[in-house]
Amino acid sequence: MARYLLRRTAFLLGSLLLAASLLFVLLRLLPGDPANALLSIGATPEQIAAARRQTGSDLPLPEQFGAWLGGLARLDLGTSYVSKLPVGGEIAARLVVTVPLTLLAFALAVVVAVPVGFLAAHRAQRWYGPLLSGFAQLGIAVPVFWIGMLLVTVFALRLRLLPAGGFPREDWAEPGRALAALTLPVVTIALVMSASLIRYVRSATLDVLGSDHLRTARALGESFAGAMWRHGLRNAAGPVIAVLGIELATTFLGAVVVESVFALPGLGTLLIEGISEHDYPVIQGVLAVSTFAVLVIGFAADVAQRLVDPRLRTRLGRS
Amino acid sequence: MRGLGSKGLAAGCVLVGVVLGVAVVSLVWLPYDPADTSGGRLVPPGGEHLLGTDKLGRDLLTQLMIGARIALVAGGGSVLLGGVLGVLAGLAAGFATRWLDDALAAALDALIAFPTLLLAMLVVAVRQASLGSAVLAIGLAMSAVVARLTRILVKRVLAQDYITAARTSGSSWPRIIAEHVLPNIWPTLLVNLALQLGLAVLAEASLSYLGLGPPPPNASWGRLLHEAQATVLTAPVGAIAPGVLLVVLVVGVNLVADGLRDLAPGRSR
Repeated sequence: MARYLLRRTAFLLGSLLLAASLLFVLLRLLPGDPANALLSIGATPEQIAAARRQTGSDLPLPEQFGAWLGGLARLDLGTSYVSKLPVGGEIAARLVVTVPLTLLAFALAVVVAVPVGFLAAHRAQRWYGPLLSGFAQLGIAVPVFWIGMLLVTVFALRLRLLPAGGFPREDWAEPGRALAALTLPVVTIALVMSASLIRYVRSATLDVLGSDHLRTARALGESFAGAMWRHGLRNAAGPVIAVLGIELATTFLGAVVVESVFALPGLGTLLIEGISEHDYPVIQGVLAVSTFAVLVIGFAADVAQRLVDPRLRTRLGRS
Repeated sequence: MRGLGSKGLAAGCVLVGVVLGVAVVSLVWLPYDPADTSGGRLVPPGGEHLLGTDKLGRDLLTQLMIGARIALVAGGGSVLLGGVLGVLAGLAAGFATRWLDDALAAALDALIAFPTLLLAMLVVAVRQASLGSAVLAIGLAMSAVVARLTRILVKRVLAQDYITAARTSGSSWPRIIAEHVLPNIWPTLLVNLALQLGLAVLAEASLSYLGLGPPPPNASWGRLLHEAQATVLTAPVGAIAPGVLLVVLVVGVNLVADGLRDLAPGRSR
């Protein structure tokens, strides 16, 4: 396990470095100079030189790359061209919305999907088995922002039960209002996430239900619940945890889009503002933070899977 | 889901066929000129405008028909780009020496961590919002997924005894790829590419909804939904119809993918 942790950590660091390099390369492929974002039409050569010095685009590329990596290592993401504030601070302010949104939506999706997926497999012969599977099939085909639009129309505009969008200016000073603002976005994301999770839980359950060791346990007199608890759960948990990691990352990305539907001041809306204002430090910073988050989630999921499933720790399981 | 078999495949073909038909018809005939705003704003459905008009007075049915074309071009283009790049890279990694393969596999895993939508937004930030940018971004992100799958499939085939047999009997590598590797991996690849097509259509719609997709003359369904959001109470059709079409296309594509998986030889799952 220790060796695995070491290898997996080395791999995580390698992919972080690769992701940082990829971001740098892609953003430098751009035909214009980042300094252009600071300049108006008809700028004098002195102004252009000053802007290039300020953005660092007058330095040779390897030095710019070094500065970018060095900044990342010190958690310094530079200064926004538009607001003139440190990008790290701006992102932190937005995470106050995006992180609760992601975690709440993820938790709701898991709470819904695990029992529903189990029932869809265990009760596949009853009338509601296919119904649940059908819901899952439909859920992965529906664009998340459209669900958001429909929920807003019904629950905010028609029934006036919840706010249609926005987030309290004081953030979480009044938790009730903040939660009310997040309710529809959370439900929107959770609906879509649970649909794809149900599919995985269902197929993991089917695999376990059909397994010989569960049948043996039942034959030896264990109750269905007991056999499921002692022999089924851990077997089904491995693949489900692997998928949960991917799904948590996907939930985070769903948040990026759904924030737009509900005009929430989160990471996603920050990115879109950055793109429309050509604010490169902001674009770079948000993309770096998001990608790193996805990589770290993947790392955590892999490690958790090993902890739950001892078979993966043997030589045979390593492939 | 699994078990629908040929019925699901047939239903999927019908759904995809409807969207494909609309897209083809849009090439030769449209009810109105897409820029024609003479009909008046937010006209309710029925009468001269079958589905009504949008807030600028453009005929909704016309916009939806053009949207079908864009969804298919975006999805098909991305799959073509991602499929070709991915299969080539996956084949290369599958045949590469040990350390090169390890490096490629690690690079692919890191690339896959770059979520499609973020990569697409990055490409749009660097280039500009257009159908080409969307296809390029979605296709590139997809190529990493396809490459990883291809690599695993190739390795699995190369470990088989019949490959060793073919090698010892003097077959060249190109011949082994053509006769043994590709025929064994394409069914699984095809199913995966079909699923990717659905994801690509959704990704393009999301980009367009965020205002980062093809610009105005191209009426992408995602952008139609965004434009209709403000008038959802007065003109609900505009906020519902593009979404329904998106779901029809993606469900259709997924049903075809599942049907193909059931048909694929040697796969019981």
